Amino acid sequence: MKILVPVKRVVDANVKIRVKADGTGVDLANVKMAMNPFCEIAVEEALRIKEAGGASEVIVVSVGGEKSSETLRTGLAMGADRGILVKTDAARIEPLAVAKLLKAVIGNEKPDLVILGKQAIDDDSNQTGQMLAALLGWPQATFASKLVLADGSAEVTREIDGGAETLRLKLPAVVTTDLRLNEPRYASLPNIMKAKKKPLDETSPEALGVDITPRLEVLKIDEPAKRGAGIKVGSAAELVGKLREAGVI
Amino acid sequence: MATLLLAEHDDKSLNEATARALTAALELGAPVDILVAGLASRPAAEAAATLAGVGKVLLADDEALAHRRAEPVAALILSLAADYDAIVAPATSSGKNVLPRVAALLDVMQLSDITRIVAPDTFERPIYAGNAIETVRSRDATKVITVRIAAFPPAPSGGAASIETVAATDDIHLSAFVGADLSVSERPELSSARVIVSGGRALGSAEKFAEVITPLADSLKAAIGASRAAVDAGYAGNDLQVGQTGKVVAPELYVAVGISGAIQHLAGMKDSKVIVAINKDPEAPIFQVADFGLVDDLFTAVPALVEALKP
Repeated sequence: MKILVPVKRVVDANVKIRVKADGTGVDLANVKMAMNPFCEIAVEEALRIKEAGGASEVIVVSVGGEKSSETLRTGLAMGADRGILVKTDAARIEPLAVAKLLKAVIGNEKPDLVILGKQAIDDDSNQTGQMLAALLGWPQATFASKLVLADGSAEVTREIDGGAETLRLKLPAVVTTDLRLNEPRYASLPNIMKAKKKPLDETSPEALGVDITPRLEVLKIDEPAKRGAGIKVGSAAELVGKLREAGVI
Repeated sequence: MATLLLAEHDDKSLNEATARALTAALELGAPVDILVAGLASRPAAEAAATLAGVGKVLLADDEALAHRRAEPVAALILSLAADYDAIVAPATSSGKNVLPRVAALLDVMQLSDITRIVAPDTFERPIYAGNAIETVRSRDATKVITVRIAAFPPAPSGGAASIETVAATDDIHLSAFVGADLSVSERPELSSARVIVSGGRALGSAEKFAEVITPLADSLKAAIGASRAAVDAGYAGNDLQVGQTGKVVAPELYVAVGISGAIQHLAGMKDSKVIVAINKDPEAPIFQVADFGLVDDLFTAVPALVEALKP
């Protein structure tokens, strides 16, 4: 069984981003980049399945510029077997286009399971996994907190409003990860060195025959409205007084 | 043309998220029909019919739609899509699950989690955990939209729309429902609560979380929330998580207890009307967004607050 894990290079989760003053975007010059945290969880889950004997190969895939190969190397250093970079210098690649590219890669690779992050922490779209499942005609389980593989199926527990639910999916299937699925490992130095020798293939939207022209036009990117500075209160009793004045209790 | 709104409900009753998403759907300017998909969900459809401004309610009642799995619900919406130029759902876990599937099958780009409608084809949506607001225009023929429910007030009741039944499409049995584990609580629901008390990692344990947060939530008749750090540490369930990767809330009063105020948490609550922060670290970033800050040890400050709230 093969598992395919799409991963995305994003601004590091600990970086406070800065919106450009002219409203054209977010300043990404000299900003630390990293693998999207939900993608790390997806890689980890695939590796755990492989290590438990449930899969023979874990393939990481990324769509982006040359630098996205660094993100693939991170996945390889964690333990994935090989990487595929769908290389493009397009400034914006929307989830629909990514889903189409992944569908084309999947047509070549024929994995039994695709595990990917529920959302990327840059555009916060939360779409790619669902779109990919739709385009493939596969079942989906989003926001997974537990994944158990059985003969030809996957039992997935999902985080939903008000609790959790469990679905059984016929394989092949798409699963998107939520926070509590696992805690991703750090790549060790020897594994980082080893990852440099692992195979990393390159393809392109043109080679895959996919039109990635954006459907949404970004008119501007603004800073959110700021909250006015508040006050410090000295005691619980004073706080209650202020809340009564504000009419919220 | 018209707008189709996918209702959020549990068959027996309609979730307030539907009324909030309706407000956004009506702003698109076209008549709005509401789709109620489920099993034995006529009560939810009847509740939807009383919302003001609804054209008609479409009720799809079918075994396949029980538990609203993504594949059959998306197929149902797709079978109705030709009559609509916008398809809207609240950005609940259910809406977020189903709608991108619909968008992909219509070959359109979804507009996720919109917070403002600038024009029927132009929307504002938060990116980077709400640290930037993107204004986007869609060039697609059908707009597929999820709505951030905290950003829109609920549409009032007072309508009397008709209810039409529609047929579900064939279930192709790609997935099956196995079971659910839903938390039973007398408390208001997190996403629509008027007051929320949230706890962070400073609580130290699941026991302390319950021991300190519960009495304060009780006395304020509040919903309970948690920071991602508290959820990661196992102090609270993930369904209580407030933040970029959890729920986005905007109550009248938000009380953050022992929460430092990481970017990803602020993204989920900074639009609350009044924010209170209780934290012993005066430098904690949460104080930058708090209207009222109390720099104190939460283990003494919260019981004192509960005491001070007694009539």
